Amino acid sequence: MRVNSFGTPAYDVAHLLGGGVLLMSFLLLYQRRIGGVINAFAVQGALLAAAAAWQGWVQGAPGLYVTAAIAFAAKAVLIPIALRVLVGRLGQHRAVETALGVGASLLAAILLVGLSVMVVLPVTAGSATPLARVDMTIALSVVLLGMLAMITRRNAISQVVGLLSLENGLILGAVGVVGMPLVVELSTAALVLVLAVVAGVVVFQIRERLDTLDTSILDRHGGEA
Amino acid sequence: MLTALTALLGGLILLALLAVPLARLGVGARIVHGGCLLACLGFAAIALAALAGAEAAPAPLPLGPPWGPMWLGLDALSAWFLLLVGLTGACSALFALGRGGDHPPRVLAAFPLFLAGMALTLLAADALTLLLGFEAMSLASWALVAADHDREENRRAARLYLVFAAFGAACLVPAIGLMAGASGDLAFAALREAPPQGWRAALVLALVVAGAGSKAGLVPLHGWLPLAHPAAPSHVSALMSGAMTKVALYVVARLLLDLAGPAQPLWWGLPLLVLGAASAVLGALRANLEEEGKTLLACSTIENVGLIAIGLGLAACFRAADLGPLAAVAAGGALLHAMNHALFKTLLFLGMGEVGHGAATRRLDRLGGLVHVMPWTAGCMLVGALAAASLPPLSGFAGEWLLLQALLAAWRVGELGFQVLAVALAALAALAAALAAAAMVRMFGLVFLGRFRAPRTAGAQDGPLAARLSLLLPAGLTVLFGLIPGPMLALAEGALRILARADMAGRAGPVVLRLGDGAAAYLPALVALLLLACGGAVWWLVRRRSPAGVAHGPAWDCGFAAAPPHLPFGDPLTQPSPAGLGQPLRRMLGAPLLGATEAVHMPPPGDPSPARLAAGFRDPSFALLLAPLDRLRDAVVAQAERLRGLSIRQALMLPFATLVGLLALIAWLEGGR
Repeated sequence: MRVNSFGTPAYDVAHLLGGGVLLMSFLLLYQRRIGGVINAFAVQGALLAAAAAWQGWVQGAPGLYVTAAIAFAAKAVLIPIALRVLVGRLGQHRAVETALGVGASLLAAILLVGLSVMVVLPVTAGSATPLARVDMTIALSVVLLGMLAMITRRNAISQVVGLLSLENGLILGAVGVVGMPLVVELSTAALVLVLAVVAGVVVFQIRERLDTLDTSILDRHGGEA
Repeated sequence: MLTALTALLGGLILLALLAVPLARLGVGARIVHGGCLLACLGFAAIALAALAGAEAAPAPLPLGPPWGPMWLGLDALSAWFLLLVGLTGACSALFALGRGGDHPPRVLAAFPLFLAGMALTLLAADALTLLLGFEAMSLASWALVAADHDREENRRAARLYLVFAAFGAACLVPAIGLMAGASGDLAFAALREAPPQGWRAALVLALVVAGAGSKAGLVPLHGWLPLAHPAAPSHVSALMSGAMTKVALYVVARLLLDLAGPAQPLWWGLPLLVLGAASAVLGALRANLEEEGKTLLACSTIENVGLIAIGLGLAACFRAADLGPLAAVAAGGALLHAMNHALFKTLLFLGMGEVGHGAATRRLDRLGGLVHVMPWTAGCMLVGALAAASLPPLSGFAGEWLLLQALLAAWRVGELGFQVLAVALAALAALAAALAAAAMVRMFGLVFLGRFRAPRTAGAQDGPLAARLSLLLPAGLTVLFGLIPGPMLALAEGALRILARADMAGRAGPVVLRLGDGAAAYLPALVALLLLACGGAVWWLVRRRSPAGVAHGPAWDCGFAAAPPHLPFGDPLTQPSPAGLGQPLRRMLGAPLLGATEAVHMPPPGDPSPARLAAGFRDPSFALLLAPLDRLRDAVVAQAERLRGLSIRQALMLPFATLVGLLALIAWLEGGR
């Protein structure tokens, strides 16, 4: 059964889910309010879980269902709830000021997606299935957009969300490759959790010490506490 | 055979691991050095067997990087250098065994690793293993140079040494990458199939000469050598000078003369020729000016490395001009001199270690008259010094004779420019040989002859039996190898065929070494017999002609009067000082080549203080090479320091921009294909 060529449902659904994850990355860049950022991130996590589950079905790899479950629990439920609690406790409900204008960051995001298409498609030409190629393209785009989100935001929480969405891109790339052992995904998921913990601690530390979450206040300290 | 070699390598590494717990025991140092001695003897025996015809074809190891196994092998070229490493390593280990003393664990652990690194470099049959061995050798010897790190100058020497080692690696890694090309197969057989061409070949040549040349001590990358050798313990500096520089030359020979293919153009040998001649002259000149024993010997090593590099470069040039027999003569001279220099320089360094141990200093202006209290050491050092002065029939002569003969025959290469260069090189090589002889006379005379210059020197004595044996072994080998250059070259036949694609067929007989029919020939045994006969005749004549009962009368003493009672060691001013003995050469050659300065500081009229003569020199490599690098480093650091002022977002932007830039580069490269 050629499950992963154009026109088959396997390909189309995977494409749709991957595209959804990428679309959420754009939304992350576009949102001005911190609640919106967290919502977009939660939806992205759910879409990622769906993509992983779909891949598990297409590849016939039951391990990927575990990945999907972990991704859903962590990315779509636990971390967004934790972030919301955090925002509530910190009293951060006002608008997020972006460092780069929304229009400019969206333009940069489009350029980055173009770049990842230009990189991945020729490199993988002839050696990978079409599904894997598209998957890799989308994953690379999500990673790049996550980094862009980290750069364009001033607020520590939205920078953390950018970092986590970057991790989403990595997992999306990992599940798209046939035969990736479950160990890698599990460790990636664990890494994400650890990252979330570390990021939360850092956010609290910044707030306790400096009474603000605007990381530009750190510039004066230059890394020396 | 490879199994035995691998076992010896593994044994050395095991010994290094065990050295740390063993160092606590009293006998730990003995076990480690004894193990090293056995391993080195094993290496020498296996290398001898390989040279006699039992070469080991390359075989893959069961371990290695993900893209392929590591290969080990032993062909004639590596066997020749393995024999050299085995012999010098055995002498050094024997010396450490005999000398005893307390060795801290870091030195005990590094010594077997150093030996293992050198052996691995020689046994490698793929470029990655070669690099691994080379780097292990560099790192272990760094630890040994830093052994006595209480003193500031030793720390400085170790730092400089590490920088040069890193530089060598930074040159060799891309050179090997360029040689492997796109295929990425690093096995020697594959590299030999695809020799570099065009700009890639030129780049490989420059990188290999700079990378391995810095480890060998070729000018202008010799700055670490006179600093690192005195800093290391004696048995280590003997090994570094005798064996490690040769391993670096082996890497040069292997990469440039063997793996880069036989069809390289005439300029392939030129860098080695020019840098070799510069090293020979500069090293020999500095050896005449230095005032510390081991520094002097280190400078003499630079000279000899230069001579060997000239031999290798000549072999490459002759091969390019299709003069196979001459290439074999040049390569034979280089190989012979490498072996002989390794032995007599080991002897000299170990002897200097004995001197430093006995007299508590190695400064020439504090030594003197040691022949009276250390006769064994003095005798062995005399053999080494005569060999280093390349006097027949000792071992230093044959190699240099072959090199000079090859240089004198270099006019057979048709290019006019090359002929002119060869004439200049012959003059420089002869100058270097003469300067080396002068340096050895100065060294031996100041250390062993004359009167004690310091009271402490009078209390020196020869070392224990094992330490004496460790001097007698290389001394005996130096005499022996001097008498049999022909059989030695016959042994090196396979190595010559690798280096020169020709051999010395019929010209290296058991007794005579000849260049061709009717051309010059060298009969070491006859020279020895002649010298013996002359000496015997003189002795007999003196005995025969002298009246019965020899009466000792006062001879003319050149104004060197007996010590007056109030100065039991004589007036120091009646003996020449090291600086004074070096003065003519410093004035003649030191000023243009080494920036030597001399200034008289006269006190103003009426001031009773003495006038002072200040003389000194500075190696130009420090002013011209290291000082600009220092400034460059400071500038780079000042720029890098600005990174600390960046905000978090700017700091995040740096890797992001780098990533995007690299991706764009991939897209551009892939799009262009």
